[in-house]
Amino acid sequence: MHQELLRRGAGKTAALATRVALATRSAPPLGIFCSVSDQNLSESVASSRSLRFHWELQCQDVSALRGQVVQFKLSDIGEGIREVTVKEWYVKEGDTVSQFDSICEVQSDKASVTITSRYDGVIKKLYYNLDDIAYVGKPLVDIETEALKDSEEDVVETPAVSHDEHTHQEIKGRKTLATPAVRRLAMENNIKLSEVVGSGKDGRILKEDILNYLEKQTGAILPPSPKAEIMPPPPKPKDMTIPIPVSKPPVFTGKDKTEPIKGFQKAMVKTMSAALKIPHFGYCDEVDLTELVKLREELKPIAFARGIKLSFMPFFLKTSDKQKNSTMHVKNFNRDQPRAVGLELKASHNIGIAMDTEQGLIVPNVKNVQICSIFEIAAELKRLQKLGSVGQLSTTDLTGGTFTLSNIGSIGGTYAKPVILPPEVAIGAIGSIKCFHAIPRFNQKGEVYKAHVMNVSWSADHRVIDGATMSRFSNLWKSYLENPAFMLLDLK
Amino acid sequence: MLIPYSMKNCFQLLYNLQVPAAGFKKTVKNGLIIHSISNDVYQNLAVEDWIHDQMNLEDKPILFFWRNSPSVVIGRHQNPWQECNLNLMREEGIKLARRKSGGGAVYHDMGNINLTFFTTKKNYDRMENLKLIVRALNAVQPQLDVQATKRFDLLLDGQFKISGTASKIGRTTAYHHCTLLCSTDGTFLSSLLKSPYQGIRSNATASIPSLVKNLLEKDPTLTCEILMNAVAKEYAAYHQTDNHIHLINPTDETLFPGINSKAKELQTWEWIYGKTPKFNINTSFNVLYEQSHLNIKVFIDIKNGRIEICNIEAPDHWLPLGILDKLNSSLVGSKFCPTETTMLTNILLRTCPQDHKLHSKWNILCEKIKGIM
Repeated sequence: MHQELLRRGAGKTAALATRVALATRSAPPLGIFCSVSDQNLSESVASSRSLRFHWELQCQDVSALRGQVVQFKLSDIGEGIREVTVKEWYVKEGDTVSQFDSICEVQSDKASVTITSRYDGVIKKLYYNLDDIAYVGKPLVDIETEALKDSEEDVVETPAVSHDEHTHQEIKGRKTLATPAVRRLAMENNIKLSEVVGSGKDGRILKEDILNYLEKQTGAILPPSPKAEIMPPPPKPKDMTIPIPVSKPPVFTGKDKTEPIKGFQKAMVKTMSAALKIPHFGYCDEVDLTELVKLREELKPIAFARGIKLSFMPFFLKTSDKQKNSTMHVKNFNRDQPRAVGLELKASHNIGIAMDTEQGLIVPNVKNVQICSIFEIAAELKRLQKLGSVGQLSTTDLTGGTFTLSNIGSIGGTYAKPVILPPEVAIGAIGSIKCFHAIPRFNQKGEVYKAHVMNVSWSADHRVIDGATMSRFSNLWKSYLENPAFMLLDLK
Repeated sequence: MLIPYSMKNCFQLLYNLQVPAAGFKKTVKNGLIIHSISNDVYQNLAVEDWIHDQMNLEDKPILFFWRNSPSVVIGRHQNPWQECNLNLMREEGIKLARRKSGGGAVYHDMGNINLTFFTTKKNYDRMENLKLIVRALNAVQPQLDVQATKRFDLLLDGQFKISGTASKIGRTTAYHHCTLLCSTDGTFLSSLLKSPYQGIRSNATASIPSLVKNLLEKDPTLTCEILMNAVAKEYAAYHQTDNHIHLINPTDETLFPGINSKAKELQTWEWIYGKTPKFNINTSFNVLYEQSHLNIKVFIDIKNGRIEICNIEAPDHWLPLGILDKLNSSLVGSKFCPTETTMLTNILLRTCPQDHKLHSKWNILCEKIKGIM
């Protein structure tokens, strides 16, 4: 054992010994084993085992140390250009790069040049900052390249499972030499390293070899024909026990990513926090839209002739307004004020429509719904939707809302629990209209008919609105929509 | 991204057809001339990108003709706020694109021809390409006084710029593209390429404004068609290849696999605005409120198109400090973009005390801030 240790110790460089010593701190470096006396042999054997264990774990670092630090010089760009300006770095110190990865972007006299790496390795030093002038022929970055042949031998096969043969070093008794980057490339493309001919030094497999191998793969567009799998019949168990399939647990190598909350999202956080301070209560109901569906079918062509595609939303908006009392259109000034200011009943009923855009939730409102006809509301909705889709809604469009309707049903869903947008006091979420999937209902006469039913979910500020008020509001809204003819009576 | 061999062959096949069947002599250079059927600036820029990334141009250069619907194209390391009038562009629906080559800002419309010369890095020679264009122009109109300058511009009559150049050099391939002003809207060009934004300090590549002129103004026979054909003829002669302009569709995935995702990337906010080198704005403006003038000072640092530091100062008798602090801290991290700012400031308003005067002041201030974005 001692002799074995001696042999190993003698074979290593001082650099390795130092590194290992630093890593382990407790155990003496291998080189010193030569001088260990017999009395301390058992001690040193034990510590050497732990040393070797540490040594295996530190293999990566060790091999890196043995790699060279290469000065990657800025190569000739052409046209006699001697100097360029560094415009963007694609890497930073400590990053691992592969051959052909982009390192930086430099500019010279209207030419933008992408400098790519010539080596695999780790970036050790950047010689320039942004907007500095870099010179052709002078060092651009230092790259610590992975050491050559020696390191392959030093990378001991750890007990950890090398889960596929792509990274397996010894295949058919022959070591396949390839850097970890090349191995990764091979693995990603399902290539067996044993099948690739290495063109580098000592038969080493280079990145180009992998690329050439892939090029030769013809018919890559077509999916590989399924292998004829002949399943042998399961052997009849003699003792009637059912063999339990042992499957390897999938190894998940994903990493958590932290994304800071920025800009608009941050503002939403503030608003929603404020919103949830409002004591909400919910009220849900079903509305039978069968009659409205028929009416809309009649009105659609007329509206279309006037350039508007008539949806259900204008009806919903108008009926939200046809109320005797305007308790719903209130601005609550009570929040966070030491002196209660009271409620302001708004004369202008500006109903907001919650819109989902690329940037997030946006709530433009239709002004003065109380004096608009259903057609006018439809036209205004079209204008708002168009502006919303290109992100050009003005401040006026987005402020002054007194009540909000959210058409979440256009995406899906039945019931919701919408959150009131301060400083309003109520909000409605409209579920999907089961137009194509109508459900059977019984009418007054007990006959079955096809009904188009929609669900609505209201939320209201309980400090201002009580259950009875909400209920009356909802019932009236429902009755107008279920019997559109009633709207004519109260038409203003 | 590794392209399977058979897919690579799609455009490569077309390209290879140019090789004369009867053997090849070392002196025979070949080339391919293509013309895009699309006028979408992003799709056309994606073609350049694709050819640059995917093709092996060994001894087989390519000439690419393309024209775009009204767009402003800035260089790789430029600052759009410094280079053009973004507000006007938004109003007029003019697209903004950032190309991958260096150089300055240009305005494209259907009266401007873009030419891209693709070669290997070894054969990259801008002056050679420009001389080719000059020969072509003189072949059509021998009296035309067109000269290439040291800055790789083409000047007409010694003073009017009719062409600007930019290029991109990669590992093995390179391209040099330039414009050719034929019948572009000159007044519109000047107004679009003039930035109204004050107080910008940045290290981004600045454009050098030049006096321009259309070739059509000089000689009414020099239309886009005639000019393209003339350059193609000269190119074919020089490279001893077929004088045939192949039409290509930049959205054809079978011809250019992966091109649509390149075009998409070129349209993202992160590429167009986010790639702007770090800059800051130090300016002030006056606000009229109830017959009194108020001075608002603005210090904003922007990195990757997003606000890093935001310091908007307004007299505290007008707007409470707490409200201003809220605005400043909320803007940090958000895009330097009027759309995002509109949404942000509106939603923030809901958390402010409900006071008409406060709201109107807030709205006035926010409109002014958006005006500098």
